Amino acid sequence: MVVTAVAVVRQRDLFAAVMLTGIFSLLSAGLFVDWDAVDVAFTEASVGAGIVTVLMLGTLALTAPTEKKAVHSRILPLVVVTLTGAALIYGTLDMPLYGDPEAPINRHVVPRYLNESLEETNVPNVVAAVLASYRGYDTLGETTVIFTAGIGVLLLLGGRRRNKGGGRK
Amino acid sequence: MRHHVVLRVVAKLLIPMIMLFGLYVQFHGDYGPGGGFQAGVIFAAAIILYAIVFGLESARRVVRPAILRVLVPLGVLIYGGVGVANILLGGNYLDYSVLAHDSAHGQHVGILLVELGVGITVSSVMILIFFTFAGRGR
Repeated sequence: MVVTAVAVVRQRDLFAAVMLTGIFSLLSAGLFVDWDAVDVAFTEASVGAGIVTVLMLGTLALTAPTEKKAVHSRILPLVVVTLTGAALIYGTLDMPLYGDPEAPINRHVVPRYLNESLEETNVPNVVAAVLASYRGYDTLGETTVIFTAGIGVLLLLGGRRRNKGGGRK
Repeated sequence: MRHHVVLRVVAKLLIPMIMLFGLYVQFHGDYGPGGGFQAGVIFAAAIILYAIVFGLESARRVVRPAILRVLVPLGVLIYGGVGVANILLGGNYLDYSVLAHDSAHGQHVGILLVELGVGITVSSVMILIFFTFAGRGR
């Protein structure tokens, strides 16, 4: 994954960069499977590696296939990225170990979800029960986000071109 | 890509299977991995594959953008509507227990309906976005 990430950044040919992002998504999907997060891996494989790659290719067909030369200096972005990355890594130092049974996340509501969701919702897949029932508001919000995003894209790109002769095409 | 016989034949074989798998993920999401979001994306992928291989125009004849524009809000309305139905039946918003006689059974029905709403919105949004992107280049 590190190799593909570096390759994406170094790549000037945007077509290859899109393909490498797809490979990156597929690799992270494999990583999620390894962590037993099958639902997340499923989403990553279908959305990240599938649809996003297709949409990126569609965008490429509308724009230029190669990256332009950078006009501004690269020092400032590099500093910002390094600082942000360092802050994020510093933040992970306090986090409990992965899979630690004493971690707060495993002691608060998770035991109830795991032990009682079958009786309470009659749904064997805990992820589905949490997503749609216990966290129903969140999922409603996510669906609305997708709805809004779709409408936004349609308004920006899909509007009927009234002024066909002059102006922008 | 109208002249690529291999692509056309393989796509014809694959597309029904992808759609079937999408439906399986949609309605089996409460037993195995998956759910409305993934199912919607998989279903959209089938249509997008059809559009890539057989041309945008024929895909637009199969799945009309006008119908998709109705389906996009319909999914959200199903989701929200389930919540409102719960209020009308005397429960809390998005608390599915009142949908059936038995609380757990009601939860199950509610989750299925809600996931259906998610699936409808996600797949129609994805197909519409692809259509708009692909249709703009020409």
